[in-house]
Amino acid sequence: MIEYGVILFHTTSSVMRAEKLLAKEGFAIKLIPTPREFSSDCGVALRFDWTQCQRIKGVLDTAGVEIAGIHQL
Amino acid sequence: MIYLDNAATSWPKPPEVLKAMVDVLERAGGNPGRSGHHLSVEAARVVYEAREDIAHFFNISDPTRIIFTSNATHAINIVLKGLLKPGDRVVTSSMEHNAVMRPLRSLEKHGLILDVVPCASDGSLDINDIAKAIDSSTRLVVLIHASNVVGTMLPIAEVAPLAHRTGALLLVDAAQTAGVIPIDMKISRIDFLAFTGHKGLQGPPGIGGLVIGDHVDTSQIEPLMRGGTGSQSELEEQPEHLPDKFESGTPNIVGIAGLRAGINWIMDRGIETIRAQERKLTRTLIDGLSNISGIQVHGTHDPEKTVAIISFTATGRQVSEIGLMLDEGYGILARVGLHCAPAAHKTIGTFPEGTVRLAPGVFTTMDDITTAISAIEKVVGL
Repeated sequence: MIEYGVILFHTTSSVMRAEKLLAKEGFAIKLIPTPREFSSDCGVALRFDWTQCQRIKGVLDTAGVEIAGIHQL
Repeated sequence: MIYLDNAATSWPKPPEVLKAMVDVLERAGGNPGRSGHHLSVEAARVVYEAREDIAHFFNISDPTRIIFTSNATHAINIVLKGLLKPGDRVVTSSMEHNAVMRPLRSLEKHGLILDVVPCASDGSLDINDIAKAIDSSTRLVVLIHASNVVGTMLPIAEVAPLAHRTGALLLVDAAQTAGVIPIDMKISRIDFLAFTGHKGLQGPPGIGGLVIGDHVDTSQIEPLMRGGTGSQSELEEQPEHLPDKFESGTPNIVGIAGLRAGINWIMDRGIETIRAQERKLTRTLIDGLSNISGIQVHGTHDPEKTVAIISFTATGRQVSEIGLMLDEGYGILARVGLHCAPAAHKTIGTFPEGTVRLAPGVFTTMDDITTAISAIEKVVGL
């Protein structure tokens, strides 16, 4: 079974930018409603394969996309 | 019918714009980013893709510095009311539209110091006059990129270094130039660019934007409105992150989709191609009208220094009468009067009567222009 992680962002624009960047790099990702336990935010979060956490973080850091939080599901 | 009122709103729109607007409602009808389900996410993608295309179009690196507004007036108000404090000094020109003049006059009553630099009667601005007006107490320089009355362009690229030399910022009202004159935020070093979607950019009314230069510190600008952003909902205070700080409430995704399609249509056609065509039409129109006895063509007569906006008056004829006769007798649609710019009309000497304004657009043909010239000749000769 795949273990998932979720990345939270400050704005919807950042989520969209992250999705586009990561999809282009071939990562298996999905946008999901932000899990309630991590934020009271009403928006969207990015779910990913937890084993790819460091690589994904690297892509976002390089592109300057600000991350609000990363959690294991 | 010959539509020569593209400076008020461009018409018709490219079919791609209409299609994009219908498509977004059919396919991506959610509230962008608010809800997390796939229709909401799809709507957020539409908005984000538009942000990227607009950032590319005006050449800024960060798409979150595109702030969607309802029009240029809204974008201008964000900067003027968010940035300026009582005691600040603002330098502007005597060719401004009321979108700039009215908020500035209102702020002036609350302690803003306003310096309106006079332009020449052809609408042009002498760079030495504005250089003299800008000093270390100037917070902001506000200029219309091209006059909505006579089309005359102001020397934006030359003003930017003058403003920056003393630490002032530059706000440009690009309502009449976005989509017809190439605008590069990096090369021209504009700090704030206000644009509307429904004129040269070929989009629908009700959508516009503010482009904030990559280097501008946005913590110094208070938002015009505060409210829901779909982000950081645990906070009862407005977030500082862009674009959310300045974009409260559900955005106009139908307008955003139409605007994006309009911009892509322009990029496919080539802005230089559009500009070259408009220059030809402008040349013919100025020459044709100038040859008619009793007609005075206002503004500069050099198409290199204007966008496709031509204003004229005729001896012994009211402009409203000319406008009505052109519409009813010949199906030619122009706009007469003061064009929401009393200061500009005072500058060119046509206040309070105003002018007849002709504004060709991307779908105007040379036949339209020659037909319009002969119709005007008949109308003023009656």
